Amino acid sequence: MSADSTSLQWIMYFIREYGTLFLYGAGITLLIALSGTIIGFMIGLVIGVIRTIPMDHNKGSMNRFAYKILNFLLLCYIEIFRGTPMIVQAMVVFYGAAAVFGIHMSTLWAGVFIVSINTGAYMAEIVRGGIISVDQGQFEAAHSIGMTHWQTMVNIVLPQAIRNILPATSNEFVINIKDTAVLSVISVSELFFMGKSAAGTYYRFFEVNAIICVIYFVMTFTVTRILRLIEIKIDGPSVFTIHGSQTVPEAEFRIINRE
Amino acid sequence: MDKIIEVRHLSKKFGSNEVLRDINFSVSKGEVVCIIGASGSGKSTLLRCLNLLEYPTSGEVLYHGQNILEHNMTNAMYRTKLGMVFQQFNLFNNLTVLQNCVVGQVKVLKKDRAAAEKTAMQYLEHVGMSQFINAKPGQISGGQKQRVAIARALSMEPEALLFDEPTSALDPELVGEVLKVMKSLAKSGLTMLVVTHEMGFAREVSNRVVFMDAGVIVEDDLPEVIFNNPVNERTRAFLKRVLED
Repeated sequence: MSADSTSLQWIMYFIREYGTLFLYGAGITLLIALSGTIIGFMIGLVIGVIRTIPMDHNKGSMNRFAYKILNFLLLCYIEIFRGTPMIVQAMVVFYGAAAVFGIHMSTLWAGVFIVSINTGAYMAEIVRGGIISVDQGQFEAAHSIGMTHWQTMVNIVLPQAIRNILPATSNEFVINIKDTAVLSVISVSELFFMGKSAAGTYYRFFEVNAIICVIYFVMTFTVTRILRLIEIKIDGPSVFTIHGSQTVPEAEFRIINRE
Repeated sequence: MDKIIEVRHLSKKFGSNEVLRDINFSVSKGEVVCIIGASGSGKSTLLRCLNLLEYPTSGEVLYHGQNILEHNMTNAMYRTKLGMVFQQFNLFNNLTVLQNCVVGQVKVLKKDRAAAEKTAMQYLEHVGMSQFINAKPGQISGGQKQRVAIARALSMEPEALLFDEPTSALDPELVGEVLKVMKSLAKSGLTMLVVTHEMGFAREVSNRVVFMDAGVIVEDDLPEVIFNNPVNERTRAFLKRVLED
């Protein structure tokens, strides 16, 4: 390649020479984003459920006190991780673990860890919102047939809450795919880091980042489509079959969803 | 008579707002009792206090003579003994019609699924909804939802069924199908406590009518007495108002 090569030639060159490295970086990006989103979702689920436990009259005052402390600690976690930039958190956690605790994390694990706890802080509030958006009547009906708070949550409320927060979760996933780029500050070998190395070697910033850009978009677009399919799957069929009809066993009622 | 539920000196406050004052009354096995009264008179709150969806501020709620506010019986197990039908149906939106009637039996009563489905089908048959077991609540009409809600409550095989204005959220032409089911249940000897604005139903079906006003029970008597010769001036004024429409 020479100084008067066109951008297109450079792009072809980078794809040929660095293609596998970029794909490797994309794989790391996807791995961190996927595991970070899943773990973050779990963290959010647990915290969201804890933070919506009703404190009734019949719980002891010790319980109430313990719950208040726990709630306060969870709130601290949420506010701190939502309120500081992930790029700074990455530095603090990665270098802090080494300097203060003598723990030398691999950059990959540090990346997964940071994205997880960061996502967890956002998901905790998203889950809480999902739970309180479920109609109070659903709780009452479940209680009226004798379900405990946990049975109500597991069987009735969470399935509806999770369905309702899927779009927000898909948002988080997409944000994570893109924001893993900040992990390049602790030298995680994700997509942006790979691109930065290649671009730095030849001083071709436009061409490399154009390629990277396309790879990011393909990843995010695929993920949003897949999550949309999951939503449709959860919603179930828009028609239902009539049970036990003798004359027309295949009868199907086409109905307009009323809600 | 065997009293299933009895309340003594029950009162309920929301903050400084006293919604129920010194309520005393009981429901015996096999009785159909209707509670009537203007909106805001405390009818629904009383019903909700009975199965502890609202916790009474003071007084006693006795279940077969035992005060459930003190007794060790957990709220959850007590509630399985009293089915509840809501104004807004409150079917579980994430479950099909059949699952709505099965989930409580399996999770709370710990019955096995096959037996639970059999029981559920029997009651869905009774309310005329057995064809729709695969439908989700969003796919059926209000009257159908309420009939499923009744089947769901019955599937738990409770000792009494509480109805909280079961037809008030329905289109007028759908009220009939729900009342028909309720009448057949009353005839079958089920113990029922019904908060309602359907005066025709109260007069025709109930064994006793309770009239409430401003958080107190004003009259508690046979339907013939309440509707034909009410003792209290307030009862007379209320009935005059609603029956004129």
